[in-house]
Amino acid sequence: MTATIPGARTLFDKIWDAHVVDVQDDGTCVLYIDRHLVHEVTSPQAFEGLRIAGLPVRRPEAALAVADHNVPTTDRSRGIADAESRIQVDTLAANCAEFGIRYFSMDDVRQGIVHIIGPEQGFTLPGTTIVCGDSHTSTHGAFGALAFGVGTSEVEHVLATQTLLQKPAKNMLVTVDGALPFGVGPKDLVLAIIGAIGTAGGTGHVIEYAGAAIRALSMEGRMTVCNMSIEAGARAGLIAPDETTFAYLKGRPMAPDGDHWDAAVAHWLSLPSDPGAAYDTEVHLDAAAIAPQVTWGTSPQDVVAITGAVPVPEEAGDDGRRRAMLRSLEYMGLKAGTPMRDVAIDRVFIGSCTNGRIEDLREAAAVARGRKVASNVEAMVVPGSGLVKQMAEAEGLHRVFLEAGFEWREPGCSMCLAMNADRLAPGERCASTSNRNFEGRQGQGGRTHLMSPSMAAAAAVAGRLADVREFGGS
Amino acid sequence: MQPFTNLTGVVAPLPMINVDTDMIIPKQFLKTIKRSGLGASLFYEMRFDANGAEKADFVLNQPPYRDARILVAGENFGCGSSREHAPWALLDFGIRCIIAPSFADIFFNNCFKNGMLPVALPNAEVDALMTIARRGGEILTVDLEQQGITCPDGRIISFDVDPFSKECLLGGLDEIGLTLQKAPIIEDFEQAHRVRHPWLFA
Repeated sequence: MTATIPGARTLFDKIWDAHVVDVQDDGTCVLYIDRHLVHEVTSPQAFEGLRIAGLPVRRPEAALAVADHNVPTTDRSRGIADAESRIQVDTLAANCAEFGIRYFSMDDVRQGIVHIIGPEQGFTLPGTTIVCGDSHTSTHGAFGALAFGVGTSEVEHVLATQTLLQKPAKNMLVTVDGALPFGVGPKDLVLAIIGAIGTAGGTGHVIEYAGAAIRALSMEGRMTVCNMSIEAGARAGLIAPDETTFAYLKGRPMAPDGDHWDAAVAHWLSLPSDPGAAYDTEVHLDAAAIAPQVTWGTSPQDVVAITGAVPVPEEAGDDGRRRAMLRSLEYMGLKAGTPMRDVAIDRVFIGSCTNGRIEDLREAAAVARGRKVASNVEAMVVPGSGLVKQMAEAEGLHRVFLEAGFEWREPGCSMCLAMNADRLAPGERCASTSNRNFEGRQGQGGRTHLMSPSMAAAAAVAGRLADVREFGGS
Repeated sequence: MQPFTNLTGVVAPLPMINVDTDMIIPKQFLKTIKRSGLGASLFYEMRFDANGAEKADFVLNQPPYRDARILVAGENFGCGSSREHAPWALLDFGIRCIIAPSFADIFFNNCFKNGMLPVALPNAEVDALMTIARRGGEILTVDLEQQGITCPDGRIISFDVDPFSKECLLGGLDEIGLTLQKAPIIEDFEQAHRVRHPWLFA
């Protein structure tokens, strides 16, 4: 641990301090919220609350709304077949019209997963506070924004007041030194971090990711890492903004331009943590020691290298953990000691706010190119937004996937949480690039193994969990 | 919001760690545009079989626990999705207090917005309450003002709660209303913030 210097502040401290409107006697702060992303599932009751109270939205221009959880990923020309899903999406559109909020409809090429479109549009900016009624709001921390998920009551609070009542989080620093080896990417990195600190390891903290391996990541890779901070219990993840961040943002439709751009960059350059800033918790990982990761259980912390085996519950440290492992293995239909590479799969899902961006699709396509999906496997690729889909098609990636036997779908959350028609049948086993392997997450009785896009593509081809390094990597 | 002062009721044991909000209320029930009626779907996949029939071995289907008002569970309760449907479902079922060694942050916050009290206690205290809960039909009294849980044998277990959250629960206070009283301070902040970061208001 480095020596701390009095007055030195972390990236989190700086963003927090710049947004405190008021401090109550007990330390609860009124925190100003710069940006609010809204989707159809967690907002209807909030808008209803405003209507009942007769309140307007304080700053409609600070919000951006899109439907993503319920939208079909198949042909949309006839709308949404499921009545409840249709009502929820229509309700969002009506609420946005009533309260004056920008809304990307299902037919808009900019429509997509809320955490993909925020960055894509330049709505997500360094140094800002960003909330959304969605736990994966942590994604936006990749830009050095303090971004966290909130419940519906807090969605309403932000709509009405542009603030939230919050207490400061603790600072955690995760440093990843060295370089990621061949075949190992940001998803493997974040799964390894969650495996190391546990699914509640970051509770009460904001995690700042630092070190050479983090600096070397593209913006999209950084988003994958920050996205899964919540899977380690942290409401927010943060990466200091740098030239990579600025290059990504410059020219985006909602990013600042002209003089505003220069002033913004000058401010953003002041955000990185000061030398000697104090952290409540510090964790170090060596990037070179990380192998491609897969999960075996029903918590994102249940992770092993693809070269490993299903762990033995009897070797667990405590009773609660042993019982949880036994339950997971029963649910997953796995026997302790089975090599991960012997696990046969039925389905593959490539997409989600974790891995539905263009680089993810390129990575998967590099493995799929010239190969075929195994005959026992149904595989689908769901781009994270209409613009990602457009870009992928311009590069011919859709043809690579289609020729290999993958389905090529319309953008949305899809089988990450299976609110639309895309879901696993009971007992089906899926290699998935999403973020949660909870019981029933991808469909009641469905079995999820989390992994990177290239690993999912390799699994699709092999018909079982496979080591992408044997496929020429990505 | 309904105030939370005292709660006396049956305590049910759920000795599982990492109970996630997908377990508490699966996604197929998130399509509602209402807050009400979710109790019937609480813990759906653990509580009902594929045909919708009750699973006899699930705790809340067993006679002493069908009217449970308090739940004792393992660490990291409420992890995963931010869905406020999770506390709404518990509340609609009748559970207004959850006791566990630790909670996930978003779920923990969401409880307070709905007149519900999540209580974090050391493992030994949770184990003791779990043992009591397993006896079937035992009654606890949770006194928020005194910050104490009275066990059937009269022993009182004290707990911590954030003072502001306590005040809001006791008074059933509307946080939005409280914050709107600060509208002039928010206005002043916003103007200064605009001067410092004009690109955010362009």
